[in-house]
Amino acid sequence: MGNFFTAVRLQENLCVGCINCIKRCPTEAIRVRNGKAMIKKEFCIDCGECIRICKHHAKKAVYDSLGELQRFQYTIALPAPSLYAQMNNLEDVNIVLNALKRMGFDDVYEVSGAAEVLSSYSRVYVEQHKEKWPIISTACPSITRLIRVRFPNLLEHLLPLKPPIDIAALVARKEAMQKTGLRSDQIGIFFISPCPAKVTAVRYPLGYEHSEVDGVLAIKEVYPILIKCMKEVADEDELDDLVTGGKIGISWGSSGGEASGLLTDSYLAADGIEHVIRVLEDMEDQKFSNLEFIELNACSGGCVGGVLTVENPYVARVKLKRLRKYMPVARNHTTIEEKDLLWDNEVEYEPVFTLGENMSQSISMMAKMEELLESFPGLDCGSCGAPTCKALAEDIVRGAAKETDCIHIFREKMIRLSSELGEENL
Amino acid sequence: MNEAIKLTYHISGDDFTRAGEASSDVKKKLKTMGVNPVAVRKVAISMYEGEINMVIHANGGVIDVILTPTEITMVLKDHGPGIADVDLAMQAGYSTAPDKVRALGFGAGMGLPNMKKYSDSMKIETAVNVGTTVTMVVKL
Repeated sequence: MGNFFTAVRLQENLCVGCINCIKRCPTEAIRVRNGKAMIKKEFCIDCGECIRICKHHAKKAVYDSLGELQRFQYTIALPAPSLYAQMNNLEDVNIVLNALKRMGFDDVYEVSGAAEVLSSYSRVYVEQHKEKWPIISTACPSITRLIRVRFPNLLEHLLPLKPPIDIAALVARKEAMQKTGLRSDQIGIFFISPCPAKVTAVRYPLGYEHSEVDGVLAIKEVYPILIKCMKEVADEDELDDLVTGGKIGISWGSSGGEASGLLTDSYLAADGIEHVIRVLEDMEDQKFSNLEFIELNACSGGCVGGVLTVENPYVARVKLKRLRKYMPVARNHTTIEEKDLLWDNEVEYEPVFTLGENMSQSISMMAKMEELLESFPGLDCGSCGAPTCKALAEDIVRGAAKETDCIHIFREKMIRLSSELGEENL
Repeated sequence: MNEAIKLTYHISGDDFTRAGEASSDVKKKLKTMGVNPVAVRKVAISMYEGEINMVIHANGGVIDVILTPTEITMVLKDHGPGIADVDLAMQAGYSTAPDKVRALGFGAGMGLPNMKKYSDSMKIETAVNVGTTVTMVVKL
């Protein structure tokens, strides 16, 4: 079994034990036990749906604090394209980049710049690997994690390239070492992220051993400080030109952006985890033909819809569109060696949902599940703490729940017992 | 310990929004049971094609799926028009699907050929105006 980590945590004191998160979770990773939600980390793909749905704000994402910057002598910020989409009336990305330096970072490297390098390499890769068509994007870590546990037949379609943040970190580190003469471990590289899935991806990357990113900060935490610095910076006459990305790079911030950078029409882009799952199911059944590339984003709207952002994803998308209007198509022409872009190892199937240890045992457990389902009311009410009657049946055969956790079964049992007692008393 | 399990699905005819529900449920169950991915794909594709055929041609029917530790058997039984010429129907590209079905992207004449391709064995029993029973087996 590989490493399993989730960047989603429960704040127990805030959890009231309602059923909203268990119902929303696309992998049925959450159960309410003893009145509190519990996340099974092997099932969690960090999509953030439970954080979005919880009215009590009991779910929170793990990310690094700005205090982490103190650990390093030289720090570099890697702003996600979705960061720019949070700002009103932004016309020059340099204002954001200079403001990041004012905030305390020593340097900045745009993730959109690295994304452009990746776009041009992906074009070549897709063209040279027709046998893998349609090739599935691996930029959204939630999707790669979902495929790893649920779609073993699709693993061979994954684009085996590191995501833009790792390429950005690699280039930024190299440049900083040359410029400052510092050692690698004295340089801290921080990604300013729209989502918690990137926290997991940096700590436990899939496809490669080690991430060059030292910390992941949340857009929503950086935003208020950054806004203040932007106001100061905007009044200055001369800004440093720190921009490395153009239209193609910045477009990665919303759904369809990565795919459009491939300059082909034969692509599909889906966003929102439920829609993504439907696409993957259909792809597994070979319902698509003539597609070269599939871009999938767990969040609605793409990265701009991440749970660590502040702006409405669709408004954010409009802002990105306006911002890129006067940008050159591409700006970054850095060449990076193929070996630095490619994954080091393949992502292997992790059958975390498997019932038994062998087929006979699984058959027996499945038969028991079907039998249990017959006896359940089929209301999927969630009162037992599982999202559906089927999930409860599965929990029971796995030994993690009992039949009387179903309040309907429990009530019937009580009625039966009390009537038996009543008869005895007669 | 049970050594076999039978799952039964009633397929309603002429409802394309629901076509594929049964094969999708079987696919999910097979994955949960730890069936190897190659076999899961074979069952999912061959059963989906059969299920669609039932909806297009036969106004629905019943599918039984029998799982044992060594093989998966799918029995698709309908009371539709039957297949007049099985050899002809097996030819890739041959289709009797009506235009309204083709307009939905079905009816490419690949149904039966794909069912044969993705199953390890396939048997067709059919009689015109009586119905068709297709039995497919995928080995584990």
